[in-house]
Amino acid sequence: MNILSLFPAIPLMMMLGLWISRNRTQILTVMVTGASLLLALAVWLVAAYLSQRNAGIADPMLFTDSRVWYAPLDIHYAVGVDGISVVMLLLSAIIVFTGTFASWRMQTAVKEYFMWFCLLSVGVFGYFISIDLFTMFMFYEVALIPMYLLIGVWGSGRKEYAAMKLTLMLMGGSALLLIGILGIYFGSGATTMNILEIAQADCIPVAQQRIWFPLVFVGFGVLGALFPFHTWSPDGHASAPTAVSMLHAGVLMKLGGYGCFRVAIFLMPEAAHELSWIFIILTAISVVYGALSACVQTDLKYINAYSSVSHCGLVLFAILMLNTTATTGAVMQMLSHGLMTALFFALIGMIYGRTHTRDVRQMSGLMRVVPFLAVGYVIAGLANLGLPGLSGFVAEMTIFNGAFMHADTFHRTVTILACTSIVITAVYILRVVGRILYGTCDNPEHLKLTDASWDERVAVIGLIVAVAGMGLAPMWISDTIRESVSGIMAHIMN
Amino acid sequence: MNYTDILIYMRHEVTLMAIIIVLFIYDLAAGRRGRSRFSAVTCCLLLLQTAINIIPVQGTAELFGGMYVYAPMHSAMKSMLTVGALIVCLQADTWLRRDDTEHKRGEFYILTLSTLLGMFFMIGAGNFLLFFIGLELASIPMACLVAFDKYKHYSAEAGAKYILTALFSSGLMLYGISFLYGTTGTLYFDDMPARIDGSPLQIMAMVFFFSGLGFKISLVPFHLWTADAYQGAPTPVTGYLSVVSKGAAAFVLMAVLVKVFGPMMTQWQTMLEIVIVLSITVANLFALRQTDLKRFLAFSSISQAGYIMLAVIGANPIGMTSLVFYMLVYMAANLAAFGVVSIVEQRTDGKVSMQDYNGFYRTNPRLAVVMMLALFSLAGIPPFAGFFSKFFVFSAAFRGGFHLVVFIALLNTVISLYYYLLVVKAMFITPSDEPVPALRTDTGSKIALALCTAGIVALGLASCVFEGIDALATGIW
Repeated sequence: MNILSLFPAIPLMMMLGLWISRNRTQILTVMVTGASLLLALAVWLVAAYLSQRNAGIADPMLFTDSRVWYAPLDIHYAVGVDGISVVMLLLSAIIVFTGTFASWRMQTAVKEYFMWFCLLSVGVFGYFISIDLFTMFMFYEVALIPMYLLIGVWGSGRKEYAAMKLTLMLMGGSALLLIGILGIYFGSGATTMNILEIAQADCIPVAQQRIWFPLVFVGFGVLGALFPFHTWSPDGHASAPTAVSMLHAGVLMKLGGYGCFRVAIFLMPEAAHELSWIFIILTAISVVYGALSACVQTDLKYINAYSSVSHCGLVLFAILMLNTTATTGAVMQMLSHGLMTALFFALIGMIYGRTHTRDVRQMSGLMRVVPFLAVGYVIAGLANLGLPGLSGFVAEMTIFNGAFMHADTFHRTVTILACTSIVITAVYILRVVGRILYGTCDNPEHLKLTDASWDERVAVIGLIVAVAGMGLAPMWISDTIRESVSGIMAHIMN
Repeated sequence: MNYTDILIYMRHEVTLMAIIIVLFIYDLAAGRRGRSRFSAVTCCLLLLQTAINIIPVQGTAELFGGMYVYAPMHSAMKSMLTVGALIVCLQADTWLRRDDTEHKRGEFYILTLSTLLGMFFMIGAGNFLLFFIGLELASIPMACLVAFDKYKHYSAEAGAKYILTALFSSGLMLYGISFLYGTTGTLYFDDMPARIDGSPLQIMAMVFFFSGLGFKISLVPFHLWTADAYQGAPTPVTGYLSVVSKGAAAFVLMAVLVKVFGPMMTQWQTMLEIVIVLSITVANLFALRQTDLKRFLAFSSISQAGYIMLAVIGANPIGMTSLVFYMLVYMAANLAAFGVVSIVEQRTDGKVSMQDYNGFYRTNPRLAVVMMLALFSLAGIPPFAGFFSKFFVFSAAFRGGFHLVVFIALLNTVISLYYYLLVVKAMFITPSDEPVPALRTDTGSKIALALCTAGIVALGLASCVFEGIDALATGIW
């Protein structure tokens, strides 16, 4: 069996283990064991990937494997990874691991909760390893549907509305995606569903690309919070339970950006060149509008959800710049945003679990009461606004650097507009930090709060280490990514 | 032709006839105690029948001078329908043990199997006459089944509605066939394509023929009977009606459209485009408003019929494969859904509204999960089989170049997902003060549900089923 197949296989085993476990201890044991295994596997994969690259293997994808699944339709179970997917797998493993600890104190229907959580992970991991259009799409949808029940059953607030809205919008996106995939398959001569082979053959007529590219891009873009299809995101994130918000904002939204790059742009480069301007405008709106919306929100989760819209918009924005630097920045932004937003949502969940409010106006002076959580929150905030030394800075720097390489007025203008989001981000982050963490604590109830427990510390510290690690030593990550991106870019530019 | 050929190529029909005769005699001869095992006996016989016929005989044959034709694909379809009937028989046992139906238990099985025999002849027909006889054999006992609870107002009304519409549509179809005979001078499928020239009379014949089958499949302009009949009929019969009867008709429709009306392909493709879009959209919009689960499933099955027609419209062999595969998957999912509805209805004195399912997961976790899997499969959510079957019909239609129809159908899946999720929401999310109590499930239903669940989970992931069907589809025309 191919080593990559372990990624979806482990969560499947975990589901099986959860199914037969009888009490809480067993459930948590299964989860921790599985999540640790995944993390170890991801770290090992990164190491193995780098060592193979260092040994001079120059294939576009490593660890590839392909098995015929449905021969009449050329559907294969085909897997393989390049620098981009390796990084994404690492991100997913980190988030699943910390997410497990963040849901340590889950009370209602624990078993079902974790089973859906694992199914979600199956989808996510399967998606990142797939290089077959059909398999990739299948895993994509596997990752979407558990969200409905995870939010609907275990969420808070207007959970039923949010769950339904999220599911329907994302499924609407995947309907567009499916027709796009069929278009690509039949457009390229109906001989293969393998992404690499389609790219190599490069035979989709431009007239057809003009139809399928927008469909595929919007289809993935819905999940990547492309304006105006981002409206599911704030409601969904605000209503979801903590670990689900983490996984969703941290990993699931990256499925969108990854797909836009891997499928839409990689397979239909001509149309991408022609039509990118439309989507650049839309994503620039995402970036600025998301940041501005975050400024006026008072619910911590809503602030963060809009901030995610802004940052994920930046990912799509960078991808559309169609050059190596910006795209490398986009992948780094996916990683960085995944980590820091997960950290944010974890901390918000922990604070909410104590204060029972997420309203910024009802909290103040938490720094004295819960110093650990407060410091974590500050670090997450600083990473979010792009402080050098933390992950956000490296990613955004690379993106804007790459975007500015285009010398024409249009690209320059939108880049400058998008740059304003950095300032706006600082506004809303510092406003919240100042309001809820500093000052004096007026609420007598809040004075009695206890600081983080050990399981919460594991989650928070794990994420902080990852965020700081990426900020302090970005070169190996960016090199890994750049190598793969430049290969793809060379193909696109031809 | 000799008798060995009949035994080999008509073994589905022959064995089914034998079962019907055995059951007749058993019904007369067995005493009260013997009759209480009627269900077990029928199921064993059907199982035996499936086992004998499951592996299709290779090669094609024509019997009775071309009246009856055999192809391996027909055999696969017939086996599939038999399995469907078997599952329905397993589910029907509880319902038939009630006081008011106990004495006519035998009738149910014999009538059901008679309709099945009719469908076999429909599928195997090589001539419009045999086809029509098969169709009638499939519809008339069906009306008795729909009205089986004849002392219940709804059931009797449903029966009347069914038989009236059935007769009207058969009449229409017969009229169409007479046009065909008039313009081509033959009733044999094989001779017809050469003499079809697309004259107005033949187009009319095709439309009449199509509406006759459209009624059985309940496509949109001909769907008006569906919701009432489904609601009024006893739930196992509804399951049978929605799956087996529909499956046979869809298969035959595709075969006849492609084989006989092949020269008029552009005409019927245009017609199908409209019918598909209407079926899916209208049924979806009506399904949104239903509160009665049986009516809800009725509209859902109309929209599913639209999806099935997507496999027909491309008129390619892979479409035939997709159609049979879709029917198989749809059978598993729909019979699972009706199985759960039936159990709840029988055990709680007729609770079928969506509200009754609030908090269902708390009291009946297993049934709720089966129902959820069935609905997810109907909605086309991976990794369940419905996702694969939907993908295949979409790709079959896309291959035929019907991009816009596929696009509309795909957008409709989102609407359908909404109403399927409403049921899931009722079962899993909405709390209830008095949920359905924990129900006891009888062995027959348990086996039936287990079979369906296995189908829902495995049919898509194991590609061998689809590939097996595909191997039979090559060279079918």
